[in-house]
Amino acid sequence: MIELILGKYNYWIYITLMMIGFYAMISKNNLIKKIIGMNIFQTAVFLFYISIGKVSGGTAPIVWDGAVRYENPLPHVLILTAIVVSVSTTAVAFALIIRINRAYGTIEEDRILEINRQGTGE
Amino acid sequence: MIDLVMLFLLVVCALVAIHIKDLLGSAVLLSAYSLIMAVVWTRLNAVDVAFTEASVGAGITTVLLIAAISRTARGEELMPRARHVLPGFVIIVVTAAVLIWGTLDMPDFADPNAPANLHVAPRYIEHSAEETGVINMVTAVLASYRGYDTLGETTVIFTAGLGVILLLRGRKR
Amino acid sequence: MNMRVSIIRRVVSRIMIPFMQLFGLYVIMHGDSGPGGGFQGGVILGASIILYALSYGLDSARQRIAEKTSDILSSTGVFIYAAVGLVCMLIGGKYLQYNVLPIGEPHFASHIGILIIEIGVGITVAAVMITIFFETARKDERVEK
Repeated sequence: MIELILGKYNYWIYITLMMIGFYAMISKNNLIKKIIGMNIFQTAVFLFYISIGKVSGGTAPIVWDGAVRYENPLPHVLILTAIVVSVSTTAVAFALIIRINRAYGTIEEDRILEINRQGTGE
Repeated sequence: MIDLVMLFLLVVCALVAIHIKDLLGSAVLLSAYSLIMAVVWTRLNAVDVAFTEASVGAGITTVLLIAAISRTARGEELMPRARHVLPGFVIIVVTAAVLIWGTLDMPDFADPNAPANLHVAPRYIEHSAEETGVINMVTAVLASYRGYDTLGETTVIFTAGLGVILLLRGRKR
Repeated sequence: MNMRVSIIRRVVSRIMIPFMQLFGLYVIMHGDSGPGGGFQGGVILGASIILYALSYGLDSARQRIAEKTSDILSSTGVFIYAAVGLVCMLIGGKYLQYNVLPIGEPHFASHIGILIIEIGVGITVAAVMITIFFETARKDERVEK
């Protein structure tokens, strides 16, 4: 049991982080809060990937004479790409939120749905 | 030990960032979260990734977040949200349970013999320097072995820029 | 964003911006031998312009780097990247096979090829970050008119 916890507790903390972000995405009313949750979720997934590439006793994947073992460079490459894509999606999301705010005057999901309902009811 | 402290700080930052009502405070906490994340990645020896997170996550994202808040609303409205809380909570508990169940079959943290470290990576580690003439393996894989990925990704950034221009730039007068 | 231009902010950013840009260029050019590369360097270059805009105001920053310039630069980087691939193909290699480039021995050619595409990535990332910031931080009135 102790071995199981020692070997896996990192993953469990990452899952906690993911769930915090996930909760903000599904339960928060404010659109900007949802994006903050999305960022937390994304970063937790990245952390999970990076930790898969961790090798005990490894050094940073830059060729060096004294190195015994290197970390796995592949997850690093994938996540490097993913971080830049995540800032792109965040930027587009903010652009959409600014447009929504201009059209509806609010960024609360409930209000927006209410306004939409009134619009179709009339 | 320091790793555990860092991970604990991450959880605290994330929780407070989604809990407080002042969005500007959330933005600052998200920035702190990113910066701590960069430190954690440095501890995991992912230096390139940590560098990117420190400049992109803690820098640009925060600036964009603050700019977006300044153009919309600073505070989160207090609304009767009891009906949101319970289903959301149930969903995350179930998802977390499934994910934790999934980790039970995974190799332990930092296991050198994990399948993820045995297939393509050794080839990159042994031959990338002589094949590409670049000693940083991450750059070698990024630009040479997986050059198509990076081209696609640069296009994604370009497309994001285009999308923002189309959404926010007014018509020329 | 309507900001008062404070003297402290102006002086400190004037001192910092050249070093930030120098560091950004250093990071782009040394992505092959240390942590860094096109993305990080591009973001730092973009951040230096954003700092300028934050301390001197958006209009003043737009005089330094025009809307048109950053728009053109953001597509130039992608073009450089794709063009390197095409040149490799025209010479007889595969798409993005840098070691066929006619710049000396394959080892060196590959190194140079990687450097060129890193520069392309850096240009695009810097220009797009600047564009995104300016569009997000712009005053509403100007757009809605």
